[in-house]
Amino acid sequence: MKKLALPALLSVLLAACGSTGTFDPAGTKVEERSSGAPDSGVTTITAPSPAGSGIAALTDPNNILSKRSVFFDFDQFVIKPDARPLVEAHARFLAQNPQMKMLIQGNTDERGSREYNLALGQKRADAVRQALTLLGTKESQIESVSLGEEKPRCTQSDETCFAQNRRGDMLYTGEF
Amino acid sequence: MTKIFSNIRLLLVTSLAALSCAAHAQLSIEITGTGATRFPVAIPVFENEAALPRGITDVVRADLERSGLFSLIDMGLVSVPVTAMPDLAAIRGRGADAVLSGSLYPQADGRYDVRFRLFDTQKQVELGALALRMAPAQNRATAHRIADFVYEKLTGQPGYFATRIAYVVKSGPRYELQVADADGMNAQTALASREPIISPAWAPDGQRLAYVSFEAKKPVVYVHTLATGQRQVVANFKGSNSAPAWAPDGQRLAVVLTKDGQSQLYVLSADGTGVRRLASSPGIDTEPAWSPDGQWIYFTSDRGGSPQIYRISSAGGGAERVSFDGSYNVTPRLSADGRHLAFITRNSGRFQVAVMDLATRQTTILTDSARDESPSFAPNSRMILYASESGGRGILAAVSTDGRVKQRLSVQAADVREPSWGPLIR
Repeated sequence: MKKLALPALLSVLLAACGSTGTFDPAGTKVEERSSGAPDSGVTTITAPSPAGSGIAALTDPNNILSKRSVFFDFDQFVIKPDARPLVEAHARFLAQNPQMKMLIQGNTDERGSREYNLALGQKRADAVRQALTLLGTKESQIESVSLGEEKPRCTQSDETCFAQNRRGDMLYTGEF
Repeated sequence: MTKIFSNIRLLLVTSLAALSCAAHAQLSIEITGTGATRFPVAIPVFENEAALPRGITDVVRADLERSGLFSLIDMGLVSVPVTAMPDLAAIRGRGADAVLSGSLYPQADGRYDVRFRLFDTQKQVELGALALRMAPAQNRATAHRIADFVYEKLTGQPGYFATRIAYVVKSGPRYELQVADADGMNAQTALASREPIISPAWAPDGQRLAYVSFEAKKPVVYVHTLATGQRQVVANFKGSNSAPAWAPDGQRLAVVLTKDGQSQLYVLSADGTGVRRLASSPGIDTEPAWSPDGQWIYFTSDRGGSPQIYRISSAGGGAERVSFDGSYNVTPRLSADGRHLAFITRNSGRFQVAVMDLATRQTTILTDSARDESPSFAPNSRMILYASESGGRGILAAVSTDGRVKQRLSVQAADVREPSWGPLIR
């Protein structure tokens, strides 16, 4: 594990390129040094679309699968009843598309310590993961992680915004 | 700000930082509170200092002023050569209780010998003398060592002026992990990213930083060697990897992993091998911090229902609770002398910096703000650097452990956060 993570990261990102589109080489600039960064030219390739139905459903606004966020009440880490149909739909999709992987990212509002919020966000991501596994999803298909307070959807210091940020997001292969 | 402009700005910062400190991304520091009594000291211009392209004594004066513990007595253009005995009575008449005499001697190789002596004008004795050899480009580093010398002779405590700080700057969608001198000058970027960077932690040797980067869309712990830019992933297990804390021997890190369920504490070697679970609890355990003797790891846990500070032997075992006031106490940090614990406490809904005397267990709240985070002791245990908010922007601030001296550090048009004060360089 002594080499830079950059080559490994680039190969993971390239391998993850799916039918969702091109990889933005400017999207992740990892390091810069004042002596001049080494040439990190990246050629974009588009992997062939996975076989099987329903991948377009993931981004079809008329399809429940394009909704990816589960919201939580303050200091709560349980899936609310109104989120059940969404979680069930994604569990069915994962079962029908075993080649697809999901990354669940948990988030928090901004109040308090960043690392403690990272841990709280993890509880939200875990709640979504557990709900999926109870519906039959394989552990090997999903990973739950936390972004804590670091990637908020909004930045106002009011309850409406705090509520928007107390959530778990479900990302599919090609989106992470 | 467009990407091109921000790239040009970065280029300007890195190329100008060595020549002057006038770049936009510079950390600027202002004093907002001083000590109860400030010791009056005179630091006249050194003999032959004008031969240098950039001065020394102005930096010494600024360091001592910024500490909040000294008032600087103006000596005008008068210099006091190191070879002469100063007129201590006359200098005392100007209001100074101590004076530093000094001279520069050019050497054949283009460097200079800098010799200086510190006198007590009341007792009329010499307190100490030192000589350093410097190249002209080392004027600031030399000045910081001189300021440390004066600080130590007059306060009995080691100085902290020749140290570095690390912090994260967020400017629009762009994050930079930067390292600067403790006076905010010479800021350099260790890592630039479009994803967040949090929890920088200095290795005890002052050569490496551990940190958490989200560039892989999840939190991963890296160890980064500053001089070379080489870095290594040390924790990228399934789930989240965060909160790196160096053991005092520089060989191990405590980290927080969620690979086995909820956030829990683990210890591993600095190369990422040898992961061992440190503790188990039914709740969240996070924010490990080693005691300077390596015996204890303090940490945040909500195992009792609300986040509080606990400690556990670094060899494992039972944890004991350390914080008892209030319902939210997080981010424990130990001073290098082992005497104080700094942490963040939520006080009537406001997140503030508190310090606990570990002998008496007495806690004092040091700040009056609302969004304080991430306290970090100066390596002489006298000042606490932390993140705060002012005017809707993230800034850094510093407060002395007795609460009197206050400083504010900010970067124009950007948010600064996640500070970490580096070690004394021996």
